Order: sequence, then structure tokens, then C-alpha cells
Amino acid sequence: MTTPYTTHEYDVIIIGAGGAGLRAAIEASSMGVSVGVICKSLLGKAHTVMAEGGMAASMGNVDDRDGWKVHFADTMRGAQYINNCEMAMHHAKEAPERVHELEAWGALFDRTKDGRILQRNFGGHKYPRLAHVGDRTGLEMIRTLQDHGIHEGIDFHMEVTVTHLIKEGNRVVGAFSYEREKGRFLLFKAKAIVIATGGFGRAYKVTSNSWEYTGDGQTIAYDAGADLLDMEFVQFHPTGMVWPPSVRGILVTEGVRGEGGILKNSEGNRFMFEDVPPNYQSSTADNEEEGWRYVTGDKHANRPPELLTRDHVARKIVKEVKEGRGSPHGGAFLDIAWIKEHIKDSESHIKKKLPSMYHQFMELAQVDITKEPMEVGPTTHYAMGGIRVNADTQMSTVDGLFACGECAAGLHGANRLGGNSLSDLLVFGKRAGEHAALYAKEHGDGTIDAAHVDTLVEEALAPMSRQDGENPYAIQHELQDAMQDLAGISRSEAGLNEAIEKIHALKARAANAFAPGNRDYNPGWHTALDIHNLLTVSEALCLSAVQRTESRGGHYREEYPEKTEEGSSYNTVVRKAPDGSMEVERMPVVPQTDEMKQIIEDNK
Amino acid sequence: MAQVTFRVWRGEGEGGYFEEYTSEVGDGMVVLDAIHDIQAEQAPDLAVRWNCKAGKCGSCSAEINGMPKLMCMTRLSSLDLTQPVTVEPMKAFPLVKDLVTDVSYNYEAKMKIKPFKPRKPDAEDGTWRIQQDDVERVQEFRKCIECFLCSDVCHVLRDHHEHQGYIGPAMFVKSAAYEMHPLDVEDRISDLKETQGLGFCNITKCCTKVCPEHITITDNAIIPLKERVVDEYYDPLTRLFKIFKPNKSK
Ligand SMILES: Cc1cc2nc3c(=O)[nH]c(=O)nc-3n(C[C@H](O)[C@H](O)[C@H](O)COP(=O)(O)OP(=O)(O)OC[C@H]3O[C@@H](n4cnc5c(N)ncnc54)[C@H](O)[C@@H]3O)c2cc1C
Ligand code: SF4
Ligand code: SF4
Ligand code: FES
Repeated sequence: MTTPYTTHEYDVIIIGAGGAGLRAAIEASSMGVSVGVICKSLLGKAHTVMAEGGMAASMGNVDDRDGWKVHFADTMRGAQYINNCEMAMHHAKEAPERVHELEAWGALFDRTKDGRILQRNFGGHKYPRLAHVGDRTGLEMIRTLQDHGIHEGIDFHMEVTVTHLIKEGNRVVGAFSYEREKGRFLLFKAKAIVIATGGFGRAYKVTSNSWEYTGDGQTIAYDAGADLLDMEFVQFHPTGMVWPPSVRGILVTEGVRGEGGILKNSEGNRFMFEDVPPNYQSSTADNEEEGWRYVTGDKHANRPPELLTRDHVARKIVKEVKEGRGSPHGGAFLDIAWIKEHIKDSESHIKKKLPSMYHQFMELAQVDITKEPMEVGPTTHYAMGGIRVNADTQMSTVDGLFACGECAAGLHGANRLGGNSLSDLLVFGKRAGEHAALYAKEHGDGTIDAAHVDTLVEEALAPMSRQDGENPYAIQHELQDAMQDLAGISRSEAGLNEAIEKIHALKARAANAFAPGNRDYNPGWHTALDIHNLLTVSEALCLSAVQRTESRGGHYREEYPEKTEEGSSYNTVVRKAPDGSMEVERMPVVPQTDEMKQIIEDNK
Repeated sequence: MAQVTFRVWRGEGEGGYFEEYTSEVGDGMVVLDAIHDIQAEQAPDLAVRWNCKAGKCGSCSAEINGMPKLMCMTRLSSLDLTQPVTVEPMKAFPLVKDLVTDVSYNYEAKMKIKPFKPRKPDAEDGTWRIQQDDVERVQEFRKCIECFLCSDVCHVLRDHHEHQGYIGPAMFVKSAAYEMHPLDVEDRISDLKETQGLGFCNITKCCTKVCPEHITITDNAIIPLKERVVDEYYDPLTRLFKIFKPNKSK
């Protein structure tokens, strides 16, 4: 019999070619090791391409009072102080250099009058901090990294999906995958592996995320024994499209509010002025006029309440809808057209500042945002939780296995600030690439157990070898419905337990998933294989959410609507128990040094 | 809800045929939604590429009623639904299966373009000073989402199969993005003329018509590149001048 798979060998493999994976690959390659990048889609199509608003870095080009200390304090406050403070330090300190480096590789950002990189306001950031190009910053970032990376001697394996990691003792030594085109199996041998596969928004029905976001990286790491951290914290972005139904969930960038967009209910009230959280009261405008001055650059004005953190804005919109003051299709009104009261040529101003939003609403909803308000509502957006990593090296709890980008956890705690993800990708992508390369240099080849690989081949083929069975799409849809209703923006213990039961039932059905057709580019088969990942992250999420008996950031519990003192002391960790079941544990939050405490105090 | 018939291309490699599916169509749906419904309910192995569903990633290119378009940005209400809606893969690239084509030609063509090379930093701290106007001038090309629809319609590829010596309009846009980048000092003009086939383009403007990002490919990217070729190769004065002055002085 011929070998049912082909083998590739590298010092370092990177799984994922978004911002984090590409940055890691460039760094590893620059250290003289051989690097292979594996990605599920074509190069340049990863989620990062969709990022709109910008990348946070305290360069202080627009307001020179900004600096890494303020950025650090803002990130900590946004995260509700249960994030990894050491990661927040690295991130705040290193982000400006990472942005400049991107410019040296060809990225072009919008400019200030004196020709430096322009920075824009975003929720939770004290000063204008986001480097951006209109509202397509992610495209600029991924294209720059991609076009730089292809000339760095890195091999790219496109449309290849990793389904399992392979270990020797507690160390990873390889990854097993299939390619989409012909369904052939590929085995990658490596001395170190970086996971950069992004999030898992596809666990929900309403999401801004693409089909790729099925929690693959988190699941393969978990299956390999790694810890998952903070899985209860999912970011529901306040402004997704709500109508027409087929575009429900597609993101409306926060940049709309950064440029002066305001939220109104059906009675025409700017409801965000009510219920401003105590720790943001001193920095929030108390009238409309001050809010406008802020978005137009007045350094003495406080920010409008529309720019409060995402969790708060999202819940406020839900409240308006619940209390009967929503828009016709169950959202709130987001109005940027109103700036014509202040700006003469507002129409072309809006088109220039928010070109892809203009385009998106015109083509998908037939709404002209320069003239009419948009209808918006919360959408599942970002996973704060993910693979637990070391703050300096990004290594997980499994030897030789690194993680960076959205699939890793730590930086964002209970809530991520907008713009902190793109900078996260670069800062920790670089660190992960560097440390993976060092690890590869210090460790020899591993050995792969061929019998193990044979069982993986068999498992992967199972959905196609059945005569009949469950429709994988149906399982996926049922899971999405359950997660949306029971583990979404508002949660309860009873609901979460119901979701867990549902997940167990779906798991049993998934074991019998059936994919007709052959191995050639067969999405039914791919969905059947992805289902295991979606179910795993969903279960981890629900178990963690039951554990956290308080409300904080993205996690809201109906029975416990307030934050607790106890809740600020721990993080939730999920791992695979020896018997194969999922176990949950509380772990103390990484303690702050005196210096950090001082910085936070100084920037209150 | 209305019942609509879709004629979708099925098959691999050389062989293929149209299969008809009837599907429910609701408010605001785009072609990709209908394809997904068909996939979930009738044809689980129907191959289609997509990622963002918001016109941002350029994955879902296809030919809808014969017009090259992004499936995720084509509203069904913009089509005549009394007739079957035809959905086919792009034609200028080899078919993989159903609606998926092998677009690796474009990635290979990009490798032939010399990468970005910046001038020396303007400031001591290693950063540059650029005017917003200069940023905006190249913005148009940097919007490219690499959907390859422009190359799909270009007759040089589609009818004459010159994939070897021609990088196609998508990569002309890429070249223009580099050439007009305010910091770039590389010279790509001789490559464009000698090995990348800029001369094959006879300015039919078909590419411009299909670009979902509304990039004026022919007028703003290709023609200025052609002018640079002319300046560099055929204008004696420029040539003489070049002896005294490096060709790009930014
Ligand atoms: C619409 C939208 C707008 C956003 N705007 C902003 C913003 O303005 N600012 C900001 O900071 N953040 C923003 N974000 C968040 C940010 O874009 C993402 O968190 C970030 O891009 C994730 O990058 P990544 O490198 O971790 O993963 P991705 O870019 O998602 O890349 C994941 C990669 O992993 C690959 N992959 C996945 N699974 C597998 C597998 N099993 N095998 C092989 N490969 C695999 C994929 O193919 C892909 O290449 C936005 C997100 C969305 C959805
Ligand atoms: S203008 Fe040139 S590149 Fe564009 S389609 Fe016509 S021949 Fe091709
Ligand atoms: S230039 Fe336009 S049509 Fe061509 S690849 Fe880019 S976005 Fe697509
Ligand atoms: S799916 Fe991204 S452009 Fe259509």
C-alpha cells in the first residue's frame, strides 16, 4: 500500500497566516531557521483582512501626552484588571516599534499635517491612538506582511487545514492536516509549532466572523494537553448590521463612532448618556457639544459616551431594544449623517473617512449613510480567551507549542479594547516567532509515531466512509442556535447547563456525521471535521461561564449582575483530564508589580 | 419568500455540467447566501470559496449570469429572478471543482514583481514624513482585494492564455501601488516591459468595468505604467537626462 500521506519537514511551522502568523513567520525566518506556514484559506484572505478601525500604539503623534504608560493603564482598565499585566506591559511598550516596522515594509497609513502617522480615537483609549488607513487597516496590514513575507524564503501551504498536533512525551513534534483541493493528507514534522489560527465566532449564529473561525487552534492545543484560559470572555461588538437578515452580524466599525457617529433609540434619544459606569464618569463628556469637540480633536474635551467600552455599549443597546425603544429590525440607530450640522461637505468627508462602510451599506442594505442612520445591534466578534501562554515567550503549557494572536489569551482579560488586537498580533507574533525559532535551535528532531498517524487518517476519513448519518451543517446550525440563546450576551447557570447538555448530545451525533461525495474540495466533509472543534470550544466556554459567578466585561450573568471582589482575583482555566473529560479550575490572576500599580494609579 | 432556480456549474477539471437547484429566496439575500442554502440542504459537497461575506477578502469571485462578480456582494434583488440564475466559476483559471478555480497563477505572477524598497528614513528616529495627498494618490491601488476578477476578464489570459509572459491587470495594479508609493525607490519599468507583458494590454478597459473596488485599473494604473515605459525607453531626452540623474529622485 502507498503511504496515505506526504511528509514535510521544517524547523518551525506556523499554523495560520493572519497578522499574527505572518509576523511570527517573518521573525522566525529572520533567525535562520526553516519555516513553513500552513493556512486554511488562500494567502491574504485571513480574518485580519477584515479589520477596519486601526491598530493601537501610543506614538503620541496626535496628542503628545500619550505614551506607553497610558496605553498600559487603558488596556488594564478595559480588561477589568484580570488580564496578564506582563503581557499588557510588553504590548504597550512594543506596539509603536511594530507599527514603524510595518511602514518600513511598505504599509501606508493616513498622515498628520506634519507628515507623521495619523491616529484616531477609539473606545477606551484615552488619547487618539489608532494608526489607520481609512477603514481598511487590516487589509493594509495583511497585504504588507504577505508581500514582505513571500520574499523571505518561507514556504506557504495554502488551503491546508490542521486537525491534530502530534506529540512525543510533553513536546509537540508535528501536525497532521488535509488539503482542500484533493483531500490529500499532509504530515508536518517540526521542532517547534506556532498556532495563530484566530477565534471561534462561528459558535454563534450572529457573528462578524468568517467560516474559518471554528476554534481549530484552541481545540488542537487542548487536545494536545494545553490549558485554555478565560474562555468565558467573548466580545460582543455593539455595532453589527441587523438588516437585511442575510447580513445580520456583519461588522460596522467603531470608527463610525470615532468619527462622530452617535447612537439613538426610536424616540430619538442619545441613550448612551445614561448609566455611564462609575470608573469612566470622570473621562466621559456630559453633553453633546463636548462629545463633538472631543471627536474633532479638542484636547480639553472628554469623549462622548458612544466611545465607552464595547461590553457596556452592547448591553445598553440590548436594553433599549428589550424596553421597546429599538429600531424597526431590533437594533439601535447609528447616525453619522448628522455631522452635516457641523461640517460643510459632510457627504464627501464621510465617504473619505469611512469608504468601506459607505460601500457596505449602499450595496448590502441600500442605505446611504451620508444621509440616513444605520440600524445596528450586537454581534459576536472576538475571543478574549484562548490558549494560555507564557507572557515573555508565548509558549503554551505544552513544550515547543507556541500561540499568538486571537487564539492566545492573556492580554485582553474580560474585555478587549478596539485596536488592541492588530497591535497584539504584531507584538506577540514577533515574540512567538522569535522564541519558536530559539526553541527549534535548542532542540533536536522529534520522532513521530507512524501508527498514531494512521489512526488520524482513519478518523479523518470516517465521515465519508459511512453510508448514512448526521448532516454536519444541521449540527452546526443547532449548536449556533443554542450558543446564541443560552451562552450569548446574557447568561444564567440554568441556561449554560442546558447548553452543555445540548453540546453533549450534539457531540454524540457528530460522532456519526456523514459527508457524501469524495475527498475533492468537499465542504460537507470539512464541516464534519470542523464540528469537533466548535463543540470543544463551546463546551469550554460554557463550563468557564458557569464558574464565573459575577458579571465582568464580556461576561454577563443574570443572577449576578455586578462585579465581585473575588472575581477580580482569579482566571478560569480549562484542560483535558486524564480520563478525557473537560476539567475547569480557577487560577490566581498574575500579580501586578509596584511599578504597574503606580502607573495604573497615576492614570486613573 | 420566492422560489428561484439556480443553474450552478458542477464538476472537476475538464468535465462539467450545469445542475439546477430550486431554493427559497428571502429579503436582502445575496448569491452566496443562496449557494450556502443549496450546500446545506441539497448539495453538501458543492465547492465554493468564501471568507468574509462582506466584499473584503476577494475569495468568492464567480460569474453570475455571465458577469464576473463577488457572490457575497451580488444581491439577488438586482437580478432577474424569473429566469434561472446562472453561477459559474471564473474562466481564465483552471477549474478545481464546481465554483472553485486554481488561482495560483496570480500568486506566481506576484512573485515576479520586485518587492517594496523604501528610501532612507527622513527622521533621525528612523521614520518617514509623508503628505496625506501622497498617501491618497496610491490609496486606489492599495484597496485591491485580490479577487482576480479583472484578470479573469482580460482577453490576454482568457482567450490567448498568455499566462507565462503576462502578469495580468491585478498585478499591474500591484506594480502601480509600488511604483507610485511615495517611499519606494525600486525600478520595475524594465521588468514590466521585458518579462511581464505590459505591452500585451491593448487598453480594452474590460478589467476596469468588473473591479468590485472600483479601481480605475486601465486609466490610473496601466496607462501611467505604459507612459513610464515610453519615457524610459523611447524618449531620447529622458535617456540623456538619466545619465546625469538617477531615474527616480524622490
Ligand atoms: C470585521 C472585523 C473587524 C475588526 N476590526 C479590528 C480593528 O479595527 N482593530 C483591531 O485591532 N482588531 C480588529 N478586529 C479583530 C482582528 O481583526 C482579529 O482579532 C485579528 O485579525 C486576528 O488575527 P490572527 O492573526 O490572530 O488570526 P486570523 O487573521 O484570523 O488568521 C487565522 C489564520 O489561521 C488559519 N487557520 C485557522 N484554522 C486553521 C487550521 N485548522 N489549519 C490551518 N490554518 C488554520 C486561517 O486560514 C488564517 O490564515 C476585527 C475583526 C473583525 C472580524
Ligand atoms: S485593459 Fe488591458 S489588462 Fe485590462 S482587460 Fe483590457 S487588455 Fe486586459
Ligand atoms: S484590481 Fe479590482 S478586480 Fe482586480 S484583483 Fe484587485 S480588486 Fe479585484
Ligand atoms: S466572501 Fe470575502 S469578498 Fe466575498
